[in-house]
Amino acid sequence: MHSVSIKNLDLMFDQVPVLQNLNLDIEKGEFLVLLGSSGCGKSTLLNCIAGLLDVSAGQIWINDRNVTWEEPKDRDIGMVFQSYALYPQMTVEKNLSFGLRVKGVDKEEIARRVANAAKVLQIEALLQRKPAELSGGQRQRVAIGRALVRDVEVFLFDEPLSNLDAKLRADLRIEIKRLHQKLKNTMVYVTHDQVEALTLADRIAIMKNGVIQQLSSPDDIYHTPNNLFVAGFIGSPSMNFLHGSCENGVFTCQKTGHKDVVIDLSRYPFKEAMSKKTSMILGIRPEHLILVEQQQDVPFSVEVQVDIIEPMGSETVVWFELQGQSYALRLHTENHIQVGSTITIGFDPVKAHCFDSATEQRL
Amino acid sequence: MAHDITPSGPKPSRLSVARIGVYGFLAMSAIFFAIPLYVMIVTSLKGMPEIRLGDLFALPNDPSFAAWVKAWAQACTGVSCNGIHEGFWNSVVITVPSVVFSIMLGAINGYALSFWRFKGANIVFAILLFGAFVPFQVVIYPLIIFLREVGLYGSLTGIVLVHMAFGMPIMTLLFRNYFSSLPEELFKAARVDGAGFWQIFFQIVMPLSVPVTVVAVILQTTGIWNDYLLGLIFAGHDNLPMTVQLNNIVTTTFGVREYNVNMAATMLTAIVPLAIYLISGKYFVRGIAAGAVKG
Ligand SMILES: Nc1ncnc2c1ncn2[C@@H]1O[C@H](COP(=O)(O)OP(=O)(O)OP(=O)(O)O)[C@@H](O)[C@H]1O
Ligand SMILES: [Mg+2]
Repeated sequence: MHSVSIKNLDLMFDQVPVLQNLNLDIEKGEFLVLLGSSGCGKSTLLNCIAGLLDVSAGQIWINDRNVTWEEPKDRDIGMVFQSYALYPQMTVEKNLSFGLRVKGVDKEEIARRVANAAKVLQIEALLQRKPAELSGGQRQRVAIGRALVRDVEVFLFDEPLSNLDAKLRADLRIEIKRLHQKLKNTMVYVTHDQVEALTLADRIAIMKNGVIQQLSSPDDIYHTPNNLFVAGFIGSPSMNFLHGSCENGVFTCQKTGHKDVVIDLSRYPFKEAMSKKTSMILGIRPEHLILVEQQQDVPFSVEVQVDIIEPMGSETVVWFELQGQSYALRLHTENHIQVGSTITIGFDPVKAHCFDSATEQRL
Repeated sequence: MAHDITPSGPKPSRLSVARIGVYGFLAMSAIFFAIPLYVMIVTSLKGMPEIRLGDLFALPNDPSFAAWVKAWAQACTGVSCNGIHEGFWNSVVITVPSVVFSIMLGAINGYALSFWRFKGANIVFAILLFGAFVPFQVVIYPLIIFLREVGLYGSLTGIVLVHMAFGMPIMTLLFRNYFSSLPEELFKAARVDGAGFWQIFFQIVMPLSVPVTVVAVILQTTGIWNDYLLGLIFAGHDNLPMTVQLNNIVTTTFGVREYNVNMAATMLTAIVPLAIYLISGKYFVRGIAAGAVKG
């Protein structure tokens, strides 16, 4: 049984298609994150699930019920907005209870549920305040509480933490995760912050231009990205890419005026064997590049010059140049490296990612 | 080293040439509008012999409210000589429902147009806007025929309907612009919470619309209170508003012209809009600005 099921969904704004033939099944109790850059249609998809936008074609099922044309209130969903959207003229308590009062739930039940939600979210002391008298984090809690009191099956979050500072964001992220473990509701969470996505999600759907590029576990997305976009989107600094070609298991990257880079890919697990010469993009994450002095036995190594060093506390990002292009390498801070020095770097091709230059799909 | 250098220079003088110019202009404008008011008030407090001296700006020797009393209760407004107090109450009876209903209509229109973007909403809005620019003299005759056909010509209901119709475009525009400055997510949140059209309107949107409602009240009250033509045409003989009666007093052709009574009657007529401005001037500016920021 799927908690939310989206079937062949199309959505257009004035003839401009934003979502096209989108299919997505979300399991009961799953934490699904929609991740993508700005304007790719994440909020639009969430609004469609909530019933705040009329779909152009396709169906939306929630709890095995076709809710495509139902009002938001009849879909058994709660939504948390980026701007919190608390009712400014009402106290926190009234904000929490508004949905229940509209529904005509009796007073005792309302009081019980509000008290319960306030306890879970630790906002009991704030119940008589107006939203203007709350901090950003407190407002966000109230916004979550508003969905909580309604006791819904599916929680929809639209970038709930993006208006908060980094510290608070990290704190609330953990709280949301804890909340999910406690409630076991289905949660659909929109963000463009990959750290949020990787830490919270059971599965991540990466979107680009209204199309889901890959839908899998955070682990999968990180280790075996489906295509070039996903590979470049996840990871910070993002993956290093070398453009070249591959023949007989050997990758060659040529550039006039520079030494050729030749990498033996015999250990790389290709999806299917390549018969002829293929134009290819090879990707390697900065954290999978190593300094060769330490670990002599690497299939590929090359000498490069250090360009820029970015210390980041526990780690250092080292930028170097290869064939006139800039690449990144992530190291522990203990490795003291000077700008301008020459280092030997290398990697194990097993950790590389190969993509077809034409289709941008994983090979 | 001599300490003759102040770090950031002398404090800038407050009275620059530009400032003096601005203050001068403001003072002139204030005087321009205040002088007629002053003349009216002093004249209304004088007796006729004193007025005949022709010294327009002199303060009254023996200030008396006799002219005010006469204007209120005894001056002749056409056939009857009961002063303008009847007209005052007529105006109240016309203005209150007209203001209330036209604002409600405008608020509901604006709400529907900005939050419930139904099919054709833009066309409806364009037509309404067009309505705001049609000179109302043009539609008076068809309106008379229409009201006569439905049997409301010359009745209180008729004049209230007319005021609602003429107030609708500007009220809708005012409210729509204000509502489009409210965050849309608020409205979405209320829908997810299960509130319907009217619940969102009364419980979420209107409580946030106090400033714009104050502006609407001011605009409509002054507009409708000061109206002469529509009242004269549509209100019917029993409901003639104060402005019509004032006109009758001032243009009476027999007997001496009692300037003090005329002035007093005019002041009495102007008191309501004047009071409204004085009480709510602050909100007025605020609301206009709020509506103007986003459109
Ligand atoms: N009401 C609208 N009318 C027309 N186009 C719209 C409307 N709302 C969104 N769009 C367009 O649809 C696309 C997707 O918008 P959407 O808000 O879903 O993006 P998003 O992925 O949520 O981005 P962000 O991360 O910035 O919130 C954008 O290109 C946007 O311009
Ligand atoms: Mg968005």
